Amino acid sequence: MSTPMSTHAVHPVHSSEPLLSVRDLRVTFGRRGEQPFKAVDGISFDVRPGQTVGLVGESGCGKSVTSLAIMGLLPTRGNTVEGSAVFDGEDLLRLSPGQMRDRRGREIAMIFQDPLSSLNPVVQIGRQVTEVMERHQGLSRKEAMPKAAELLERVGIPDPKARLVNYPHQLSGGMRQRALIAMALACKPRLLIADEPTTALDVTIQAQILALLKELVVETGTALVMITHDLGVVAGLCDEVNVLYGGRIVERGDRHTLFSRPRHPYTVGLLNSIPRLDAPRGEALSPIPGSVADNLPWDSACAFAPRCPNALDVCVQQTPEWEGDDVVGLRCFNPMGVSR
Amino acid sequence: MTPTPELPPERTTYAERRSQRIDALASASAAEEGGVSLIKSAWRRLRRNPVFLVGLAITVAFIALALVAPWLAPWDPAARPLLDDVRPQSNPVPGPEAGHPLGADDKGRDLLSRLLVGSQQTLLVGVLATFFGLLGGLVLGTLAGAVGGWIDSLVMRIVDVMLSIPSLLLAFTLAALATRPSQWTLIIAIATVQVPIFARLLRGSMLAQRASDHVLAARSLGVKQRAIVFRHMLPNALGPVIVQATLVLAVAIIDAAALSFLGLGNPDDRRPEWGQMLGKAQPFLGEAPHLAFYPAACIIVVALGFTLMGESLREALDPKTRR
Repeated sequence: MSTPMSTHAVHPVHSSEPLLSVRDLRVTFGRRGEQPFKAVDGISFDVRPGQTVGLVGESGCGKSVTSLAIMGLLPTRGNTVEGSAVFDGEDLLRLSPGQMRDRRGREIAMIFQDPLSSLNPVVQIGRQVTEVMERHQGLSRKEAMPKAAELLERVGIPDPKARLVNYPHQLSGGMRQRALIAMALACKPRLLIADEPTTALDVTIQAQILALLKELVVETGTALVMITHDLGVVAGLCDEVNVLYGGRIVERGDRHTLFSRPRHPYTVGLLNSIPRLDAPRGEALSPIPGSVADNLPWDSACAFAPRCPNALDVCVQQTPEWEGDDVVGLRCFNPMGVSR
Repeated sequence: MTPTPELPPERTTYAERRSQRIDALASASAAEEGGVSLIKSAWRRLRRNPVFLVGLAITVAFIALALVAPWLAPWDPAARPLLDDVRPQSNPVPGPEAGHPLGADDKGRDLLSRLLVGSQQTLLVGVLATFFGLLGGLVLGTLAGAVGGWIDSLVMRIVDVMLSIPSLLLAFTLAALATRPSQWTLIIAIATVQVPIFARLLRGSMLAQRASDHVLAARSLGVKQRAIVFRHMLPNALGPVIVQATLVLAVAIIDAAALSFLGLGNPDDRRPEWGQMLGKAQPFLGEAPHLAFYPAACIIVVALGFTLMGESLREALDPKTRR
């Protein structure tokens, strides 16, 4: 992974130093005496200031666990986290819970999947937004309230002053997600992790929220880690895309390359399972056969081999190694042809 | 209290049944979503529920009577206006007469006035015992549910031990320990018995809150542990505890009456209390059963009122019983 940068077209922001550098992150769940489960099995990626990095994969591929591990939000017991996640020169995984708490919300923030259940049902929106500023900027609630109204206005909530005294259930789904984005951005964090921020919303609202996120990221220079299973989201937002399978990154590239010339059969499968408007009438969607439950252990094979249309004998006998660097790469013995 | 449908049919121990019931109540709240809208829809259903309305009517009437009893009662409950009518041999308990619609007790005191004023003691004991029980349960339950670890284990083992002793027996024991029985020893004894119920219930719903999305979201913003517990977990965990409190009120009233009946309450019979009146009526059951009947009926009706209200409240707020 330490090979020098390749000759690929490099996005301008790639030239700067990484803000977050995740190296060989491993998260294992399991108690003593039980077979441990490797949810994240050696993931490495970089996020540079102003860059949007996507982590893509289906349910159970380890993308949410990766984000929770970086945030220090995994349960204190029942799991082990190894590797490093260097943010601004400090390894987040080595910080004490108190130090981590001081950075969460101020330096790094997170947006979750379900906007209704992610808001406290018995606290007014205004108080939930001001809480972050009171915590990290030492403002009183009185001082923070006008700022909260500005924030709500900035994320596109109409009549923000009136919304401050509303409870979460009085807002629509899109409004709630906007409020959560306002909370996450209240202290102008340098890194934002969005864990499927549009999954619980309907399509028109999804587009609005994505446009808002893009706008805010460009405006504030915040780095964004976008966790999603939706390649449509990736296509619209991400500079760099990491495709995860079974807790490892199987393919990486900038979004244009990845969409026009996908090489890993899993990436191809994901792309083929997107419904297309220009597909011939009556054409069935082609899902990826099987499920993540069919995975082989990475130790001695390619985890995706049982579901892979391109699988060779070697795929179930050896672990495919990562070929590439921190900008583009692939983990496959028999990638798809260059043109699709 | 009516048995809950969650209970398995096989024979279980007393402590297990109680623990299961409390856990069922706690888990019912875990599935709740939508905050106020849930309360709104519950109220819509309650408004049309005759069981709830009857319970509410009894409860409201009882509280109103207790509050105005001193002005409503025709006689001072300690005065003995019918003392001259008491004949230990022929007429130990004077019957009804003009100005005394229910007659008098064996000391010539107006029975109606004593019943009315007695409601105050019943309300006081019931409310205070429930309040202190709730308070103790809140402290222990919050501690166990929010801190977790060995504190949780320690608190919950103490709670289990207390729950394994039948509540009335435990209350008797505690009240009997007091060298000078009074209203307060009674309240403390009954409150102590309620503490483990509230503690277990609250701990359960605190655990559900700890795993909830909005607590994770608050943690992701660096909110401090104390604020998470008191602003994000506790207010959302209180629902089932408040419902339980209405049910505990009924139990507290019955327990208080039982303890007073056995002489473990306030020994001063110039301040009437229903259970105590019931106890003092015992020697005259043959000649004057009404002396026992009236306070007993009052206790039953009031306890029924609180139980009906509490049960229908619990059902209305429980998503599993919703139809």
